[in-house]
Amino acid sequence: MLVNQEQILSAVIETIQMVTVSFLFSILLGLPLGIALFVTRKGQILENKALFGILNVVINTFRSIPFIILLVAIIPFTRLVVGTSIGTAAAIVPMIVYAGPYIARLVESSLLEVDDGVLEAADAMGATPSQTIYRFLLPEALSSLVVNFTIATIGLIGASAMAGTVGGGGVGDLAITYGYQRFDTVTMAITVIILIVMVQGLQSLGNFLSRVVGRR
Amino acid sequence: MIEFRNLEKSFEGKHGAVHALKDINLTVEKGAIYGVVGFSGAGKSTLIRCVNYLEQPTAGSVIVDGSDLTQISTREIRSVKKKIGMVFQHFNLLNSKTVYANVAMPLILDNTPKAKIRERVTELLDFVGLGDKAKMYPDQLSGGQKQRVGIARALATQPSILLCDEATSALDPQTTDSILNLLRKINEEYNITILLITHEMAVVREICNRVAVMEDGNVIEEGTVFEIFSNPQTATGKNFVNTVMHTEIPKYVTEMIENGSDSTDVYRINFVDHSAGRPFLSQISKKFDLDVNVLFGNITELQGVPFGNLIVRFQGDGSEVTKALSYLEENKIVYNEVNTNAG
Repeated sequence: MLVNQEQILSAVIETIQMVTVSFLFSILLGLPLGIALFVTRKGQILENKALFGILNVVINTFRSIPFIILLVAIIPFTRLVVGTSIGTAAAIVPMIVYAGPYIARLVESSLLEVDDGVLEAADAMGATPSQTIYRFLLPEALSSLVVNFTIATIGLIGASAMAGTVGGGGVGDLAITYGYQRFDTVTMAITVIILIVMVQGLQSLGNFLSRVVGRR
Repeated sequence: MIEFRNLEKSFEGKHGAVHALKDINLTVEKGAIYGVVGFSGAGKSTLIRCVNYLEQPTAGSVIVDGSDLTQISTREIRSVKKKIGMVFQHFNLLNSKTVYANVAMPLILDNTPKAKIRERVTELLDFVGLGDKAKMYPDQLSGGQKQRVGIARALATQPSILLCDEATSALDPQTTDSILNLLRKINEEYNITILLITHEMAVVREICNRVAVMEDGNVIEEGTVFEIFSNPQTATGKNFVNTVMHTEIPKYVTEMIENGSDSTDVYRINFVDHSAGRPFLSQISKKFDLDVNVLFGNITELQGVPFGNLIVRFQGDGSEVTKALSYLEENKIVYNEVNTNAG
C-alpha cells in the first residue's frame, strides 16, 4: 500500500469538509431557486412566464456542463471568491455551482408533489404568497425534500472525487491518484469501502430523517 | 348574502374557449342553506369558486356581504376570503400537521395570539366532536373525521359564509348524514349562510331550503326545495328529483297501460301537505260508483311537509270518473292523466 493511515484519515476529513460546506451553500442557492421555479409556473401563486423561462434555461445550462469541465472553466470565478484556485476551498466553489442548480430541480420536483388541494385551501384562507410557501408548501414537501437532499449529498460525494484536479484532496482523489493511476489495489479497495460506508450511512440517515419529519 | 350578477366565466381550452358559466344571476340570502345541483361539467364547481375568488369571473360581478369582489384590490379580497370558510370534497388538510395545527392555521395566518388560538381551536374541536383528537394527524383519522377537521378549520375565523364543495361526496351514507347534521347545526347555531354544491339530490332534500339546478353553464331551474321536488320543470330537474323521490312511473305500470284493454282512467295524483293526511281515495269510492285501484305510490316528507305521489286507476263508469276528477279539483288536489308517452 502506498498510503498510510494519516493520509486516509485526512482524506476522509477533506471529503467531509467539502461535502458538508458545499452542501450547505448549495441549499442556500438551490432552495430559493427551486421555490422560485415552482411558484412562477403557470397557474401557481406567483405565475411569471418570463422569470420561469429564464430560470429554466439558466438551470438547464449549468446542469448540462460536465463537472470536470465546470471545475476548470470557473477557475477565475473561484479565485475571485476564495482567493485561490487550488486546494479544498477551491474545490468547494465549483461543487456549489454544480449542486445548486441540481438541488433547485430536486426542490421543484418535491414541491410539485404537494397536493394542489392544500394550495387551494391556502388560497381560500386568504394566505399571502409568502405564507403559502412557509406555512403550506414547505411543511408539506419536507419529507420529500429530505429524500432529495440526501440524493444531492451523495451526488456531491461523487463530485468531490474529481476535486483532485484542483488539489482538493479527499477520499475519491486518493482512489484515483493511488488506486487507479498507480495500480495500488489495496488503497483502491480501502477508499472504495470508505466511500460505500459514507454513502450507505448518508442514505440511511436521510431515510430516517425523512420518516421522522414525514411520520411515515 | 351572496349575489351573482350576469356572472360569466370562460377558460382557454385546447379547442378554443370553454364557457363554464353563462350569465348567472342568483341571490343566496343570509342564513340560507342553498344547494346547487348539476352533473359533472355543469359549472357548479366554477360557480362556488367564484364566491371566494379561487376563480376570477370573466364578466359580471360577485357581491359578498355587500362588497363586489370584481371591484376591489387583491388585499381586500384576501380579507373577504377570511370571512368565507370553505370545505372541500377531499378535505385538503395538511398531512404534515396535527389536527390542532390544521384548525389553527387560518388564525396563525392572521397572527392571532397563541392563547386566543388555543381557546378557539379547543372550542371548535369540541363543537365538531373531535375534542380528543387534537394531537392526531389527518392520516390517522377516518374520512368523516377528516371532514370534521375541515369544517372546524373553515369555521376558525368565524366566517359569515360557508362554502361546501361536494363536502360529502367522498363519504359513506352514514357519515354523510352525520356531516349534514353538523352543517345544519352550524347554520342554526351560528346563523352562517351555507352554499353547497353537490350531485347528490339526497343532500339537498336533507338540509337545503333553496336549490338551483345547473346545466351546461346555466341555471335552468331555481326555487325552494319544496317547489323543485314537488314540481320540477326541466328534464334535468326531473332527473335529479327522481333519483331520490321515485316519482317516475314504474315500467310495469306503463306496460300494463300499453297492453291492457282498459288503458284509460289511470291518473297520477299528488298529495301535498294537508291533503296527504286525508282519506280522499276511500271517500271517492264511497261517494261515486268507482273502484280505486292503487297501482303505485309513495308518501315522503319534504322539509317537514308530507308529500304524496300516487298512481291510481278508476274502474267504473266514465261519467262517475268525471265526477271524481272534479271532486279532486274542488279539493285542490293536483292530478294528471297518465299515458305511456308522458313521464
